[in-house]
Amino acid sequence: MNIHEYQAKELLDQFGVANSPGGVASTPTEAEKVARSMGSNNLVVKAQIHAGGRGKGTFTSGFKGGVQLCKTPSEVRNLAEQMLGQTLVTHQTGPEGRVVRKVLVSESVEISRELYFAILIDRAISAPMIVASTEGGVDIETVAEKSPEKIIRMPIDPLLGLQPYHTRKLAKMLRFAPGDMRAACKLFTNLYKLFIARDCSMVEVNPLVVTMGGEVLALDAKFNFDDNALYRHPEIQAYRDIEEEDPREVEASKFNLSYIGLDGNIACLVNGAGLAMATMDIIKHNGGEPANFLDVGGGATEQQVTEAFKILVADKRVKAILVNIFGGIMKCDIIAQGIINAVKAVNLPVPLVVRLEGTNVEAGRQLLAESGLQLTTATDIADAAKKVVAAVA
Amino acid sequence: MSILVDKNTRLLVQGITGKSGAFHAKSCMEYGTNVVAGVTPARGGEVFEGKVPVFDTVHEARRETGCNASMIFVPAEFAADSILEAVDAGVELVICITEGIPVLDMMKVKAAMAKSASRLIGPNCPGIITPGQCKIGIMPGYIHKPGKVGVVSRSGTLTYEAVWQLSSRGHGQSTCVGIGGDPINGTSHLDVVKMFNDDPGTEAIIMIGEIGGTAEEEAAEWLGKNCKKPVAAFIAGATAPPGRRMGHAGAIVSGGKGTAQGKIEALEAAGIEVAATPADMADALLRRMAR
Repeated sequence: MNIHEYQAKELLDQFGVANSPGGVASTPTEAEKVARSMGSNNLVVKAQIHAGGRGKGTFTSGFKGGVQLCKTPSEVRNLAEQMLGQTLVTHQTGPEGRVVRKVLVSESVEISRELYFAILIDRAISAPMIVASTEGGVDIETVAEKSPEKIIRMPIDPLLGLQPYHTRKLAKMLRFAPGDMRAACKLFTNLYKLFIARDCSMVEVNPLVVTMGGEVLALDAKFNFDDNALYRHPEIQAYRDIEEEDPREVEASKFNLSYIGLDGNIACLVNGAGLAMATMDIIKHNGGEPANFLDVGGGATEQQVTEAFKILVADKRVKAILVNIFGGIMKCDIIAQGIINAVKAVNLPVPLVVRLEGTNVEAGRQLLAESGLQLTTATDIADAAKKVVAAVA
Repeated sequence: MSILVDKNTRLLVQGITGKSGAFHAKSCMEYGTNVVAGVTPARGGEVFEGKVPVFDTVHEARRETGCNASMIFVPAEFAADSILEAVDAGVELVICITEGIPVLDMMKVKAAMAKSASRLIGPNCPGIITPGQCKIGIMPGYIHKPGKVGVVSRSGTLTYEAVWQLSSRGHGQSTCVGIGGDPINGTSHLDVVKMFNDDPGTEAIIMIGEIGGTAEEEAAEWLGKNCKKPVAAFIAGATAPPGRRMGHAGAIVSGGKGTAQGKIEALEAAGIEVAATPADMADALLRRMAR
């Protein structure tokens, strides 16, 4: 799950991780008010969307730049007017862009040094890993490639957690001046607390800065959360912004379906994540393009299958549908009945190829045969992929 | 011969009175698995299906029945605790079927288990089966047949696909191990292929992996150096977009790492026959065996 920059700032504030002062606004008046309360004349207004490249982005109105520097609260107001309710297009949003519903107004600090600091779960060692570098404010992948010696990696024992000596060691390795060490250590400690307390899978501070005034601040923080742990964090769930998500995925999530929208035209409905991925692969192998990843899971109900089918049919990109089921716990007759119900409810505008195997396969095939539905059956996964690709050709 | 489980396995089911626990405990018993005990806290004293005693704790179950393996069907919120309870009671093999356990919980379990002799399979896995002898998990038993091919996989349904292809071509399986789709699991591809290599009853291996992490590369490197048995592999997720979690929490390509291409190259470098598509898994092994 992704969150907005202003939400990340709220989290940092809650855990005492120093960052630049500011506040969020959804109207120009609010933005001006936030700016006035800050009493600074180095201000920055940032459009809040879930996509990178905002600074270099362009609004469909023609206004350039989703990140703007200014001096006065009235300038903040004007900039917020240019951004709010407008659509911002960046290299990550695609040509349709994203509507800006909130802006973050914060103080633009004078930077003396920029560093990089991240905590993530390293699956290779099954433990948290701190990744840090004196080279901040730039793409860390590039640093890792060009000067790997500048990347610091420190694994943390999951049962022991981050100890004070770790933070001092890190501060020294990152060449903090003696006077800044205490602030740096406090920031590392609190960020680690936040990481654990909210079940993050990654937090990336880039840049971590030392200001001209000697403050140590997390200037920009990106978070990733463990989806499996969201049940114990209602406060993080509340940060979800469905306006920023693919509407197909939002609909699927209502029915606990694991769905990811893609750009192709062959929809697939599969049980099991591995088989769902492999089905996408074999479609592509045969020269087709999958429209989605969809795992209906091991124990899907007839209703879930019906809803899944409706989502596929509603997608205008979809020119054919492939159902690939290997029933283990999932029974083939349940899948068949779910498909029949869905087609009754929505009509079937595109060719349908069905491959059923496994538990109750005979009952499933019989249901489909007797339903009078227009569909093509396939004997195995290779046959299914060939037939569905041929159907869109 | 086989690995990890056989007809001498004495199985405990944690969460035996829950809906899926009961359903699958029963289906394992029907397959012939020796289910000797169940555990559901505060339900001790009950008897499951007329013959399996239910206990409040794993310690009691272990003491009273000598169970040496446990299958866990406890909800995700409590599953990490159940694994630790089984480990604390000294159960040698713990198979956790439960899906959706938070990563931080599994991280602690893994660190705690470093000091124990128990082995964990999973979580978020279909389980393990030695055809004709012992089924522990949710796989459909009837697609398997006894034989000499070892199968190890992160994915349930993709394993069924491979097993189906093998069985319908007349090749049975020694043992099939589902290691689970989570980023942190108890047993890796490498652990299992080492066991297959040492098992005289296993003559060939199918390894099924997917995008994310480096477990397949590690197994490939070891196999290339140490394994004389024919090995075929398939990697799912070649077409998955980077940065998106494909169902399994572990199936994600991030920072250019864990791509299908990288894994396939590592496998081929180790002399492993890589199936081009999921329809080709058994045939890839047969090609490799004919070489």
